[in-house]
This record gives sequence, structure tokens and C-alpha cells, in this order.
Amino acid sequence: MHSGILYSTAQALREILMSLVGVPLLVDIIMTVICATILLLIMATSALVFTLGERKICAFIQVRIGPNRVGPGGLLQSVADMIKLMDKEDIVPRGIDKWLWVLSPILLLVPSALIYAFFPFDDGVILADVNVGLFLLIAITSQTVLPFLMGGYASNSKYSLIGGMRTVAQMLGYEVPMVFALMGIVMLTGSLKMSAIVEAQSNVWFIVLQPLAFLIYIVTALVESNRPPFNLVEGESEIIAGPFTEYTGMRWALFFLAEFSNLMCIGILTTTLFLGGWHGPDFLPGFAWFWIKTFICVLFYQWVGWTFPRLRIDTMLSFGWKVLLPIALVNVLLTGVGIYIYNIM
Amino acid sequence: MAQTEKFVLNMGPQHPSTHGVLQVQVELDGENIVGATPVMGYLHRGIEKLMESRTYVQCVPYTDRLDYVSAMNNNLGFCMAVEKLANIEVPRRAEYIRVICAELNRIASHHVFIGSLTNDLGSATGMIYAFRDREKILDLFNIICGARMTAHYIRIGGVAADAQEEFLRDTQKFIDYVPAMLDEYDRIFTGNEIFQARMQNTSIITKEDALKYSMSGPNIRASGIDYDIRKIDKYGAYGDFDFEIPLGKQGDNWDRYIVRLKEIQQSANIIQQALDNLPEGPYMAKVPKVLKPPKGDAYHRVENTRGELGFYIVSDGSTKPYRVHIRRPSIVNLQALDTMCRGMLLADAVTAFATIDPLMGEVDC
Repeated sequence: MHSGILYSTAQALREILMSLVGVPLLVDIIMTVICATILLLIMATSALVFTLGERKICAFIQVRIGPNRVGPGGLLQSVADMIKLMDKEDIVPRGIDKWLWVLSPILLLVPSALIYAFFPFDDGVILADVNVGLFLLIAITSQTVLPFLMGGYASNSKYSLIGGMRTVAQMLGYEVPMVFALMGIVMLTGSLKMSAIVEAQSNVWFIVLQPLAFLIYIVTALVESNRPPFNLVEGESEIIAGPFTEYTGMRWALFFLAEFSNLMCIGILTTTLFLGGWHGPDFLPGFAWFWIKTFICVLFYQWVGWTFPRLRIDTMLSFGWKVLLPIALVNVLLTGVGIYIYNIM
Repeated sequence: MAQTEKFVLNMGPQHPSTHGVLQVQVELDGENIVGATPVMGYLHRGIEKLMESRTYVQCVPYTDRLDYVSAMNNNLGFCMAVEKLANIEVPRRAEYIRVICAELNRIASHHVFIGSLTNDLGSATGMIYAFRDREKILDLFNIICGARMTAHYIRIGGVAADAQEEFLRDTQKFIDYVPAMLDEYDRIFTGNEIFQARMQNTSIITKEDALKYSMSGPNIRASGIDYDIRKIDKYGAYGDFDFEIPLGKQGDNWDRYIVRLKEIQQSANIIQQALDNLPEGPYMAKVPKVLKPPKGDAYHRVENTRGELGFYIVSDGSTKPYRVHIRRPSIVNLQALDTMCRGMLLADAVTAFATIDPLMGEVDC
């Protein structure tokens, strides 16, 4: 029923395992572990690739050269960075809430790793194709508020606390328009299943049918992933680094990893929800199209980030509640009317 | 029952956007600022006192370290004060070269302003663009005197060396580039919606407040008060040039930014006129090897990039000044920070700080 290299490889692997092990449940478990490992690897490598990519792209935008010393053309720069981070002293400040402080970066990584399970990378290639996929995805991404708040509170630093408060305000303000914007897609698809959403775009991408939702999604996605111009949580000129001011070395690297993982997530989500997922002309396999689109999206988000100054908290919140939310509601109404008219015709 | 209370946030002296080692004690109610107190002195080197134990000629390099992003203007102020004290007549050519250098440095200093402002607003890209263009001016200084920032080029009685053909040619090139440069700034920052939204109608200083705090420089001109020492005193060769004083309307952050942008244009205009009419002749007056100004005192003020920079020198007839007092514009302008920040948000404090454009080397002296 499905086609594509990845799907057939997985099927072949399953058959081999089946002949070796013989118990279907055990085979399922092994397959899941393999998938999870691959996804985690993708996530970890993405951080490495995107650090270099971001630094190079930012350098290009800022008329600079960027890293060019480590490895050919600076390719190994992010590896060197990682080694440096591991090598750093682990400073634990005094007066902190130890447990919350230690847990915060780890917990932040959990939702960013978890959502990879719901991404359809190719035809039939999805770890957990649950029938409330989109719903679960939104639910999990909104969990990122908690670790930020935890880190902000536990650090016993005023900058961190302000950053933590900003996280809550901004996530609340932008989660709502985002959900309403995605409502249009759900209405058109008639399902929350991720594979069904991609399937529904085999002829027309949702960027054509839902342009308003697309625009709202771009803005809210930037906010959700703390990308500039909405990086108020870490607004370095005001509150230094927000919740992660007091973290060093590998603990800080975990925040960093989560940030880049989130950047890739919003790229993937934009691709999946609006740009047809793995659909594309036949000369390239589905997953290739998927990654090409994702990288273009990520590039776009980085471009935006390096061009604009940061918003102020009040402008940002009023924009979310007073502009984006009404537009998202109007979009739901328009979609409903559109579907009604389409059905009559 | 939920209860909120105000708290004090110490911004600085180690903070990414305090432009040095200023500490601002911000009293916050959530994100709203209730009060802001600048705490100064982290960079105090006692320059005024140090000058008392140096000869007049040895004092000049200290002025480079006051406002280290517009060193030429400081050199100019001190040298003119000493010249006033010792009755030294400066050659015409030296006066013109001084104006060229001072105005070039004004542009370079405004580049730092634009760069740090955009960086404080969260756009690191802006900083790189401004600093890229500042580099061109620093290269010019490198040609004329071999130093880039702390130039020590303007000396008592004239300038250290004559302006070479190469310098004049490259300066002309830079002046020709200024319109394109300003156009690029307009496209990147000035026209940006977020930039405008964050700057307009924030941290307003009214005319009355500006006078009350005896502010000077672009900060007072942004509040709409026509006050520029270059026009009032016409010191040096400034009387020969035709230029405008850009004024702001209401004294918000936006006006302070626009005034400086327009000043870049006017400075380029002055430099162009000076290049066109550069007189021939000596570049240095006959100054005695051992400079002993007669007993007495002299005050001279110049329009520094940040405002009115004054040097008050008392001479007891010896080779060293008896007392030097420096009227630094940055420290005076900084006093308005509290008025500017009250009722604003935390992010505005950073913007207000950037648009006052104080330089800690000058504040602490």
C-alpha cells in the first residue's frame, strides 16, 4: 500500500527480524528502538549541522566570513564547539533550587525529542501515526513552557526569573492563535492524523488553501521556538540569556540542543502542514523532498531571525491577542464557509 | 492571596548592553520600570589629577582615553584650550585638517551609536553593518597618523603630520560613499516596522527636561533645542563652513536616532567643503619646546560627538597645568536616564541607554 525506499527497507528489516526472533511483539519493540535511535541521531546531528549552518548563514547576512578554520571550510567547527562545551567546568551557583535546576535542561529536551515520533518523513514512514497526531503534537510542544519556567525560577537569578515569566506570557499568547490557525487544516482534512494531513495535500498544498493560516503559523512558530525577532525569553540585550543565564557547559548545551531541535521541528511542521510533506515530483524519493522543503523552511526562519530587531513584550503580546487571534478565528469561519460552498457545488 | 512586590535589578557592570562598565539599578514592578539609578565610577582613572603631574604636551594622549570612540574631538578640545591659554595662533591648513579629522571621527562615533543601538534592539546584523563602515574611517586615521582609535593626532599648535594626498583622496572616496551608506541604513533599520515601533514615543525628554538636566549634543537637539557649539562659538575653522543643525521634534528615542543619522550627512557635507577649500601652508605653529603658558586660566568648549565638551585649565606659569577640569557631556546626559526610563518597560531601558549614547571612559574620566 505504501511505496518508497525507506518504507521497503523497513519492511525488509522487519521480515529479517521476524525470521530471526519470531515473536511479533518483540519485533515491534526492536523496530521501535531502532526508529527512536535513528530519530535521536537525526536530532543530535541536526544540532551540529544547524550550528554551523546558522553561523555561516548569519555570517553571510552580516557581510562576514564566518567560521573557516576548523576542518575544510570550517566544517568541523560545531564539533570543536561541542568538545569545548563538554570540557567546560560545571558551575553550580549557590542558592539555587537544585532539583528543578538540574531537571530543567533535561526536561526541555524531552518534548523536543518526543515530537519527532509524529513526523511523517516519507510515505508510511512515521513512528507513531496516532489518530490524534496533531493534537498530541501541540500538547507536547506546549510542554516546553515548564522547563523554561523551572530553570528561570530555580536559578535564583532575577534575569532568569524575568525570562521565565516572559516564556509563560508569550507561549500563552501565541499557542491560542496557532491552534486556531491549524484548525483550518484539520477542517479541510477531516482528521488529526499526521499521515492523513499529508495525504490530503497530494494534489494541492495547504499553503494555497490556507494562506492566512500559513502566515499565522509562521509567526507563532517563531515565537514557540524562541527564534528572533521573538526571542524575548533570552533577549540578550535586556536579560542576558533569560532562564539559561546561570547554566554552563553541557547543561547549557542541552538548552542549545533543544533550541536547534525546535528550529528543525518548526521547519518540519511547516513542511508537513503547509508544503505537502513528502509529496513532490517523482524524480526524487519522498524523503528527499521532505528534507529539501524542511531545509528551505529552516533557512527562511534563520533569514528572518538575522534580519529583524527584537519585539518588545507588550507589542508582542498585543499582536498575538489582538491581531493574530481574530485573524485565526476569521480563517476558521472562512474555511467553514468555503467547505460548505464546496459541498453544495 | 497573591501578592506582588517591586524588586531592584542590578543591570551591570557586567551586562551585555551597558556599553562598558556602567551599573544601572533598575527598580522594577514586573517588567515596568519604577526608577533607574545609574551607578558610576567603575572606570575612574583620575585623568584630571594625572594631568596635573604631566606637561601640557604629555596631557594630550590622556584626552584620547576620555571618549575613546571620538578621540580626535577630545584632542581638539584640550589643544584649543591650551592654545587659548598660551596664545598660540594655529595655521589655517591645520585648522582645516582638524575639522576634517574631527568630523570624520564624529561619523565614526555615530557608527558606534547605530551599531550598539541596533544590537541592543536585538539585531546583531545592524551592528556589523555599522562597524563595517566605521572601519573605513579608522583606516583613514591609520593613513594620516598611524593610529586607529586613540589617535593623538591633533597636537598643541596644529596637527602631528601633514595630510597626505593619499588621505585626502581616500577621504573623498569615503564622502562619496556616504549617501549610499545612509541609504543602506534606511533600508535595513530606519524603515523597519519593529525598529520604529520600539523607538517611537518611548523615553521622551521634553524641552524643559532637557534644559533642566543641561543636556547637550544630539540629545538636546533631538528635543528640539537648537544648541550646537560649532554654530554658536564658530571655534577653529567652523565659521567657514555652511552646514545645518538637524533638530528633532519631541525628544523620543526615534528623534535621537534620526538626529544622529542626519548629523552624519552634515558632517560629510562639512568635510566635503573642507576638502574643496583646503589651504596650503604649514600644518604646525611655532610652539616652544618647553611650553610654559602664562599664569591664568582658560576654558574652551567644543562640540564633541556626545555634546558640549569643555576643558578648564588653570596655569601657574610652570610646564604643568595646576588644575584641569573636564566638563564631560556623557555624565551630564546620563543624569536624564531616570526620567527617560520611568513608566517604560525593561526593554526600553536598554534602548534609552543606547540613545543617550554615553561612553563610560568619558563618564568616569
